[in-house]
Amino acid sequence: MNVELIYSVATLGLIGSVSAVILYFVAQKFKVIEDPRIDQVQEVLPSANCGGCGFAGCRAFAEALVMQGGEKGNLDGLKCPVGGNDVMAQVAGILGLTVEQQDPVIAVVRCNGSFANSPKKVIFEGATSCVFAHNLFAGEGGCPYGCLGLGDCVKVCNFDAIDIDKATGLPVVNEKCVACGACVTACPRKIIELRPKGKKDRRIFVSCVNQEKGGPAKKNCAVACIGCGKCVKVCAFDAITLLNNLAYIDPLKCRLCRKCAPECPTGAIHELNFPQKKETLATEINKTGSRNEALTEKVSEPAMTPDSKSGNNNGGISNET
Amino acid sequence: MLKTFKTGGVHPPENKITEKQAIKVLPVPAIVYIPFSQHLGAPAKVLVAKGDKVKAGQLIAKGEAFISANIHSSVSGKVQKIDEVIETSGYRKPSVIIEVEGDVWDESIDRSDRISKDIILSQKEIIKRINEMGVVGLGGATFPSHVKLMVPEGKKAELLIINGVECEPYLTSDHRLMLEKGEEILVGTQILMIALGVSKAMIGIENNKPDAIAHLTELAKNFNGIQVHGLKVKYPQGAEKQLIKALVNREVPSGKLPIEVGAVVHNAGTSFAVYEAVQKNKPLFERVVTITGKSVKNPGNFLVRIGTPVSDLIAASGGLPEDTGKIIGGGPMMGKALVSPEVPIVKGTSGILIMNREESGRQELKNCIRCGKCITVCPMGLEPWLLEKLVINENFEKAEAEKIVDCMECGSCHYTCPSKRPLLDYIRFGKGKVLQIIRTRNK
Repeated sequence: MNVELIYSVATLGLIGSVSAVILYFVAQKFKVIEDPRIDQVQEVLPSANCGGCGFAGCRAFAEALVMQGGEKGNLDGLKCPVGGNDVMAQVAGILGLTVEQQDPVIAVVRCNGSFANSPKKVIFEGATSCVFAHNLFAGEGGCPYGCLGLGDCVKVCNFDAIDIDKATGLPVVNEKCVACGACVTACPRKIIELRPKGKKDRRIFVSCVNQEKGGPAKKNCAVACIGCGKCVKVCAFDAITLLNNLAYIDPLKCRLCRKCAPECPTGAIHELNFPQKKETLATEINKTGSRNEALTEKVSEPAMTPDSKSGNNNGGISNET
Repeated sequence: MLKTFKTGGVHPPENKITEKQAIKVLPVPAIVYIPFSQHLGAPAKVLVAKGDKVKAGQLIAKGEAFISANIHSSVSGKVQKIDEVIETSGYRKPSVIIEVEGDVWDESIDRSDRISKDIILSQKEIIKRINEMGVVGLGGATFPSHVKLMVPEGKKAELLIINGVECEPYLTSDHRLMLEKGEEILVGTQILMIALGVSKAMIGIENNKPDAIAHLTELAKNFNGIQVHGLKVKYPQGAEKQLIKALVNREVPSGKLPIEVGAVVHNAGTSFAVYEAVQKNKPLFERVVTITGKSVKNPGNFLVRIGTPVSDLIAASGGLPEDTGKIIGGGPMMGKALVSPEVPIVKGTSGILIMNREESGRQELKNCIRCGKCITVCPMGLEPWLLEKLVINENFEKAEAEKIVDCMECGSCHYTCPSKRPLLDYIRFGKGKVLQIIRTRNK
């Protein structure tokens, strides 16, 4: 038998066993004790890694859940927007805790400065980035608060839930939205807001963030909030506040009574997914997305049904003109 | 061999249409809009109220911060209101709106044509006067001039450079000023020399203005320590760092001011404003503005009161041409398109350029072909294509390491790019972002 072969096998064997012993002790010394529940919780989480919970990905959130569950004994303030209440209930089950049910929220675009409502005054040809355009100028329609329509919100969305409507130039949120809040941070003009989805997806909000006085605001956009305060007066639940010439509807106080929307002289208050109220103009604004279209429909309507609520129609039109 | 800077630079068509047009005085407008922030730094604080009567040259807003400048009324009349007025970018900025009544100037202003050469004020008094009169850099950056004259401790100014380069195509306001007010500019230069405590001044002029070079060289013989230098035509020679490099071959280190190499640069127009401020006691409330463009009927150089709407100036030049595509405040390279002709002319407006539709549109965007042309033309030795990519990918850390803040936004890369990439757009955006990051870090 070849002696060299024996030597090499013996040497390698020796190195192997010595290393194994060292590795064993090192592994004991540097052992990381991790709560096995973190893995279990992570399994349940949707692995979207969107950051909507406020943590850097699902793993970090799982760690936070287990930690806080252990420390405080509840999971208040922690929420996975993607998974919603179902996932949170499962997490609570793993950790043996209870979790409060939270209303689901959705991203809401608070600008209706479409091409029709806020006609282009200048043409922008620069880099297609809202942040860049925001630093450069007020916007093609002239409104310094309105949507620039260059799609920074679309770029950051991981869920394909927001898209720019080519006809209006405004972003539209669809039902895929998980309210991770990426678009809210991306928008340089703070137009997008996370609001409760509401019962049967019914929502009422002021679709404008313009803080200018009535005159300049109206000059650039037909559907701007002019800060007249009519909605504030009509609201029975103190849900509407007027600050810096801008009305804001607090979604937690709003009872969806729909009194404010018809009061708005510019049609800035939007009602979504309500059954159609025949007599109000505002419902049709929501349906068509643009006041001008709504108006033309309204104008042609009385001819067909002359007796039905023509007084209200005229009221709506005279407000506009 | 004519001097110039070495790294980069481009040669855009000069199009100096108005160089033979003498400066005309634009009639006082019916109404002026004077913004409080016409300079770099903090906005000035308003001193007048609605209904007040003001005279031309009266202080209406005081610059209280260290980097700020006073604002004076450019007309006599009644303050109609203090309101937000649309400015170049379309955003509204607080301004004083004055309804013009007659043309009464403040009594302290010397309105005679006599050129007063005797400088009686001391160094400190000169700086104080320049501060009071609201003089800012008229080349376009509008940095308050008095701040530039206060040499920081531990530094020593050796040399004053007067910038008569006017490297932007189309613009001729400095050129005409040097021809028509040459002597005043030289007296202004002497005042600046006293203020800085230097004995040497150089005036740099590109040799596409041979008449101005000849005129000033002739006049400079009567002044001690002022030399006039012709420079090879190359954009952006009018930038501070490039001009210093061209004239005295010194390189200003990255992120530092020209005083680091012992130089202070002032524009020729600023020099004239300094002369008027110190010798004539006249605040900066009017300036020479070039109105030009290939389709403009009567392009020319006008002496315009600050706050005059651009539309008044356009009317004086024969009205807005039919094929107008863009109205640019400033030159074609660094100027900014105006959102409306109703915006007022401010201290930094050196020209109004009306471009026709054909010239003004951007060309079709193509992919970067890595030709490296942007690197060859960048006067700061940066890599614009790389910076663009870094900014698009939001890698601001790397962009900072690649010295994005050194970019002076001359637009040479954008101009030269065969793929028409919007390089400067992204670099400008990234630069703002990186500066913001640096500010937060230093807090």
